[in-house]
Amino acid sequence: MVRVKINGHEHVLQTEPLARLLDVLRETLGFTGTKEGCGEGECGACSVIIDGELVNSCLIPICQVDGCEILTVEGLAVDGELSLLQQCFVEYGATQCGICIPGMLMAAKALLDSNSCPTRNEIRAAIAGNLCRCTGYMKIVDAIEAAVAAKLEVK
Amino acid sequence: MSVGTSVTRRDAQSKVTGQALYVDDYRLPNMWYGATVRSTVPHARIKNIHYSPNFDWSQVVICDYRDIPGRNLVALIYDDQPLLAESIVRHVGEPIVLVAAPSKELARKATRYVTIEYEELPAVLTIEESLARKQKLFGEDNIFKSYTITRGNVDEALASADIVVEGTYRVGHQEQLYIEPNGMIATVQADGTLLVQGSLQCPYYVHRALKELFELEDDKVVVIQNTTGGGFGGKEEFPSVVAGHAALLARKAGRPVKLVYDRSEDFIASTKRHPAIIRHRTGLTRDGRLIAAEIDLTFDGGAYCTLSPVVLSRGVIHALGPYNCPNVRISGRVVATNTPPNGAFRGFGVPQAAFAAEMQMERIAQVAGFSPVELRRKNMLREGDTTVTGQILNYSVGTAQVLDAAIEHSDYLNKLQIYRNQTGSKRRGIGLSLYYHGSGFTGSGEEKIKGRAAVEFDKEARIRILTGSTEIGQGTRTIFPQIVAEELGIDLAQIDFEESNTAKVPDSGPTVASRTCMVVGSVVQKAAAALKAELIRRIALSCSLPEEGVSYKRGIFYHQDQPLMTLTEAAARFCQHSPIRTEARYSSPPGIKWDDASYTGDAYPVYAYAADVVEVEVDMDTYEVKLISVLTVSDVGKAINPRLAEGQIEGGTVQALGYGLYEEVFWKDGHMLNTRLTNYIIPTALDIPDLETILIENPYPYGPFGAKGIGELPMDGGAPAAVAAIANATGAFITQLPATPERILEALCQSKHLSDSL
Repeated sequence: MVRVKINGHEHVLQTEPLARLLDVLRETLGFTGTKEGCGEGECGACSVIIDGELVNSCLIPICQVDGCEILTVEGLAVDGELSLLQQCFVEYGATQCGICIPGMLMAAKALLDSNSCPTRNEIRAAIAGNLCRCTGYMKIVDAIEAAVAAKLEVK
Repeated sequence: MSVGTSVTRRDAQSKVTGQALYVDDYRLPNMWYGATVRSTVPHARIKNIHYSPNFDWSQVVICDYRDIPGRNLVALIYDDQPLLAESIVRHVGEPIVLVAAPSKELARKATRYVTIEYEELPAVLTIEESLARKQKLFGEDNIFKSYTITRGNVDEALASADIVVEGTYRVGHQEQLYIEPNGMIATVQADGTLLVQGSLQCPYYVHRALKELFELEDDKVVVIQNTTGGGFGGKEEFPSVVAGHAALLARKAGRPVKLVYDRSEDFIASTKRHPAIIRHRTGLTRDGRLIAAEIDLTFDGGAYCTLSPVVLSRGVIHALGPYNCPNVRISGRVVATNTPPNGAFRGFGVPQAAFAAEMQMERIAQVAGFSPVELRRKNMLREGDTTVTGQILNYSVGTAQVLDAAIEHSDYLNKLQIYRNQTGSKRRGIGLSLYYHGSGFTGSGEEKIKGRAAVEFDKEARIRILTGSTEIGQGTRTIFPQIVAEELGIDLAQIDFEESNTAKVPDSGPTVASRTCMVVGSVVQKAAAALKAELIRRIALSCSLPEEGVSYKRGIFYHQDQPLMTLTEAAARFCQHSPIRTEARYSSPPGIKWDDASYTGDAYPVYAYAADVVEVEVDMDTYEVKLISVLTVSDVGKAINPRLAEGQIEGGTVQALGYGLYEEVFWKDGHMLNTRLTNYIIPTALDIPDLETILIENPYPYGPFGAKGIGELPMDGGAPAAVAAIANATGAFITQLPATPERILEALCQSKHLSDSL
């Protein structure tokens, strides 16, 4: 039995201990926003945040997250209101086909949670484990930078 | 104003919240999962298929070619590719047996209990072996298709040229690497209708293939595109295979079957960019005018024809680059090998041809001592000039604008001088490319297809766009509403977009060939104009006015200058019972002529032009190449949505830089060796610097509001510009892609060897 908190809600799971977190999220719990691009931790499409750490959910057996808090893309918007990062991704044209975007958003969030004022290079390094084949990364970096600027302004 | 503004994408909200549903996100009731048994040898006769008694076969469903009710083929150009191999396999990864099971794991497990017994045949694995006819694979000569373009007298011109420069260039495979692998779900409905949904670019290609395989009428096959996680051509023709397999299993299993590839299977099974060997022999006058060009191209088509003839045709037409030359002979052929079939991939034959053409310009500049800029400026096509196919370029030729802007913004000339003869352990270099890409289908292609699109106007005055053109990330669902909003002078919020479903939308032709915005966009615009005309007709009739007296502007109909009614009122009056639908078809712009037999005439309605300047830093100990800056200047005609246009160009440029510097497929005995993302390397955010993208608008009179096609253009110029920059930095002249550290070292050793022996 595995107990996890996903996007703020408790789940108690009876599941094969070595099942991949990715499959449990997608198949068992229906959090299909988390995507599978390669299944071996290279593309980052399945990125989620576990206890504040950015992790590829395709590499994590479910037994390892017992007692953990997990954030997926579905947990970013609150009451239908997009998070600042999501708003910037929309506004700056960061999405094209969109399959990498949930993972990109999680990588960006993990960065901003630990570094309130990253440089463009730090942004690039933070999303270097998330492959995008459509955008050339430019507008994704722009969007994250804009979110950083907007956050600093609020402060 | 709607056109020309960077409105946000319509699908952005669903994509940033994770709500957009891709094929693998669907789970239908009672659905099973499919898996594929593939050939493990490149060429063999199948002697026996053995199903191990150690597996309980009663829990799964198995299909082979005998389960196909219609013809066993993937309908495309030559109809030579079977959906499932019968007695012969022609490449590693060729599908032979399909399995469906209640779980993905069980289906995959079952495939491991199927053993194929082969009698191996000699395999042809390279272009050279195919040309030498080591084994007959296709026809008498292994050539799927060949083309020759002739202009003037190239032999005489070469003999009289002051300077003759030769060069041979090679490119290998490139994987599309959409982040979402191929996948389909098939369902047979109670009335026998076959419903297939999935990741695809061209619903009507899949529709046609399924009709032939299952001998079904038009309305008994329905194809729906789900949100698609990248296409790039890789989901042009290949999804017909996946759809056929899923459908076969669903029919036999009597329940929905999902067939989604994992990354390795996608690498092994799906089409890639054609490898090519391209030879140039160029004659020039002393002052640097091109007077003769003899170009020979051989493409590797792989085991089946797929779209190879069309890929070759585009490569041949673009082989010289955007330059004038009165005497030309271009010969191209695409050959059969026992490697997986190659197919459509953004650029479609041009990235290969453009790499060779632009490296040849660099070589000429180097050998004859010309400035790379002056050489291009002296020879580039301008308005009124004639292309290799005899097409006179009457409008929208942006070569001078893109080249001038690229040179100026990058400080190219100055840096080119400064970077020569460096001695440090890190050396910088700058490289230039000038290129073009024909928008829309080649030759008579658009005329044959005659793409259709429609709009529907309902009683709430909402307008619905109906088109077979799909959204694959490039922005179809955002820019078509912008075009309609502009045409009708109404708010974007009034416009809806019908789902990509063959039961609901007309066939607009495939979503390929840089044709969606320019060609289908103009048909959508025509359909909107036809709606305007139809409403004017009805209003005139109901108000007993002459049609000529009724006009329309920004949501209001007028009689002379007096407002008659609004669009909303017209909707309430005319659409109470049913919406008004107006449809339009493509028609060629006036004066377009093309002759398939002689391969002369207007190859494309128009070309888009671009110039790239790439700056690199090469580590002289490791030969690693770091990108310092990348500038792309593109003549797009008109940017319907500038931010989306930039996004297309930035993404395409990065794919091109991957092609130029990193991406390589390794083979052994017909097997792809690097079938994982750990060893097939594409650019990451850290590899790519900030991209500078400049749009130049040189309107094309027959595109929607002046727009030209730009989807493929940015794929053509990045590789030669990056490789030219490496030459500027190090002196290493690379002729084979990708320009890896190993190839730089090799080129340096060769040039050192040469200078030592002089």
